[in-house]
Amino acid sequence: MLMRLLNVSNFSVAKKWVHKNLFSSWASALITIFCFYIILKIIPAGLDWLLFSADFVYNFRGEQIIDRTFCSKVIEPGQHGACWAIIIVRWNQFMYGFYPVEEIWRVNIVFALTPFALLPLFFDKVIFKKQLIYFTFIFPFIAYYLLYGGPGLTEISTSKWGGLLVTLFLGVTGIIIAFPFSILLALGRRSKMPVIKSVSVIFIECIRGVPLITILFFGNIMLPLFLPDGVNVDNLLRGLVAMTFFAAAYMAEAIRGGLQAIPNGQLEAARALGLSYWQSTIQIVLPQALRISIPAIVNSAIGVLKDTSLVLIVGLFDLLGIGRAALADMNWMKLSHEVYAFVAIIFFILCFSMSRYSLYLEKKLKTDNSI
Amino acid sequence: MNGLTLRNIFFDEKIRSILIQAFVVGLIGVGIYSLIQTTSYNLDKRGIDTGFEFLKNPAGYDISLTLIPYTNTDTHLQAYFVGLINTLLIAVTGCFVATIIGFTIGIIRLSTNWLFRNFAYAYVEATRNVPILLHIIFWYTVLLELPKIKEAANFLKFFFLSNRGVYSPALILQDGMGIVFIFIIFSIVFAIIFNIWAKKKQESTGVQLPVFLINSGVIIFLPIIVFIALGMPLLWDHPVLKGFNFKGGMVIRPEFVAMLLGLGIYTGSYIAEIVRSGIISVSKGQREAASALGLKKNIVMKLVIIPQALRVIIPPLTNQYLNLTKNSSLGIAIGYADLVHGFGGISLNITGQAIEIMAMVMATYLTISLTISLFMNLYNKSVQFKGNT
Repeated sequence: MLMRLLNVSNFSVAKKWVHKNLFSSWASALITIFCFYIILKIIPAGLDWLLFSADFVYNFRGEQIIDRTFCSKVIEPGQHGACWAIIIVRWNQFMYGFYPVEEIWRVNIVFALTPFALLPLFFDKVIFKKQLIYFTFIFPFIAYYLLYGGPGLTEISTSKWGGLLVTLFLGVTGIIIAFPFSILLALGRRSKMPVIKSVSVIFIECIRGVPLITILFFGNIMLPLFLPDGVNVDNLLRGLVAMTFFAAAYMAEAIRGGLQAIPNGQLEAARALGLSYWQSTIQIVLPQALRISIPAIVNSAIGVLKDTSLVLIVGLFDLLGIGRAALADMNWMKLSHEVYAFVAIIFFILCFSMSRYSLYLEKKLKTDNSI
Repeated sequence: MNGLTLRNIFFDEKIRSILIQAFVVGLIGVGIYSLIQTTSYNLDKRGIDTGFEFLKNPAGYDISLTLIPYTNTDTHLQAYFVGLINTLLIAVTGCFVATIIGFTIGIIRLSTNWLFRNFAYAYVEATRNVPILLHIIFWYTVLLELPKIKEAANFLKFFFLSNRGVYSPALILQDGMGIVFIFIIFSIVFAIIFNIWAKKKQESTGVQLPVFLINSGVIIFLPIIVFIALGMPLLWDHPVLKGFNFKGGMVIRPEFVAMLLGLGIYTGSYIAEIVRSGIISVSKGQREAASALGLKKNIVMKLVIIPQALRVIIPPLTNQYLNLTKNSSLGIAIGYADLVHGFGGISLNITGQAIEIMAMVMATYLTISLTISLFMNLYNKSVQFKGNT
């Protein structure tokens, strides 16, 4: 009896919902039908291409795929699935570039450490936050030591790095190194000293006013001209310098937003208690300001991560660059859709999860009364 | 009281701030000085010229898309202007496409239909979480998969699709077309004046004139009447396949289309979110109050919702236009002949004068950015609340 009642009410609730949200008017009903039609067209076809008709390591005849001619797409004209063999065969390249296989464990350690380095930057409450922040700032050096080598580890030239490794290295270390600079720039922009203020404003606006690609060119072509004899900066580090400048300017604006949200009274009260400018800024203003700017910082981090793909134009092999390199191989040349789909999926997973997190945080901070 | 001891001077806020600033100025000065020293030494060593003399030398390379006259014997300066115009072309058309996509998707995002709304949401998330460069490269590969020029697909009878671009008929202006253009300008001026006059009249008497109907009638029909009266001074030049290429007509290159699609779709998704949040920022009470006054649904949208939403939409929209303009520099990845590709790339390789050329390119983008934000700020001021700050 109870079950029946529940079912009936559930059913009527569902009916009401469907009526209200899908068939509220003639136009709405037409749109619903149209959407259903599109979904029925796209989703089966998409899944078919991605999975059901796709070739992975073996094609449908059971032959191991070593080049494109073994994809069933070529053998059977009716076959229209993707040929993922290009990703599977070249998996190591997509992840690590041309990094020597026996040293890949070093990259894996860095990948595993990356989330810990980002914790204090992206989360408002983390256990051991104070200890972790030290780790965050030494992380770029640990990563560089592990990846490049040095005492105790074989040296691996950065020209061998590639794929997701380069994307994450440029994105993550760029953001971490830029972080302290962006705080200084944001404070400088609000400074009462005209020289400091104008220097910060000019730096931020000049970087934000020009395309990233010109900054990368700048690093790539002009950095060697600016440096004295004998000082040589390799290609990847030039890219890192450019990404850091870029990230610093954008994150400075994110942090400025947080600083503006802190009422002046906070600083005045701190100064009245006898704290110096730096004491009150570091102990009173910044902790509050940074906490509210986390969503904006995460958003600019998403932008920086996506924009690391531009380094392929200056000859570095990031995830997209390695994909293009794979397509330059005669055997795989025509598999561009597979490669671009794979790269897009990786970027989507990284960026979408970050943006959902930043939305969640924004909502949470809005309802928090602690500020 | 305390006399001028050294300690007091150091801890005096004014004096200290001057000291700090002097220190920063000194640091920057030393930095710039040593930078100039090493750079000029490096330039000397590599035998690279300095100065802007190279702008007068012939460029010596071809550019695939030229809106102003240009041949490879023209100067680097001319190549600069060709690139600049191509950059502006893709920026303006890209902003246009992005705005249309953005407003359409943004409004669909607010549809009462659950399925429709989530469709738009999926589209937005799928497009904006993928790097812009991937968008552009992807569209370019898709366009290159179109049929070869010999078997170009024909659609709408006069258009030909091939992997070397879209070929379409071109207009050839005959004598008398100038008069038609004059009438077009005249009718637009008339429409603006009539609009102002009708607004004044409505404010003083309350009578509403059918402004939109009259204006669109004038703008559409007046030039058409003149055009027919002058005996239609226009000719179509149809593209014809001759040998290995089309002759006549005009062509839209795949590089341009790929840039347009990539920039338009990527930026459009951002604009969609801006439009959506702008519209929901207008409180529900506004809409309810307006309909309680008896206003019709489209009037409520036009006179109540949109003007208020625009206040929220304009500043971030400006940012997106700026981003699009800057992202148009990615044309270099697929060979779209913009400023960075031609002048910033090929001219730089030929002359080797990296500093001058990069400075010019960066200064150009900075100028464009600052100009757009200046105009958008002016427009923004005109739509902000007046009187209560």
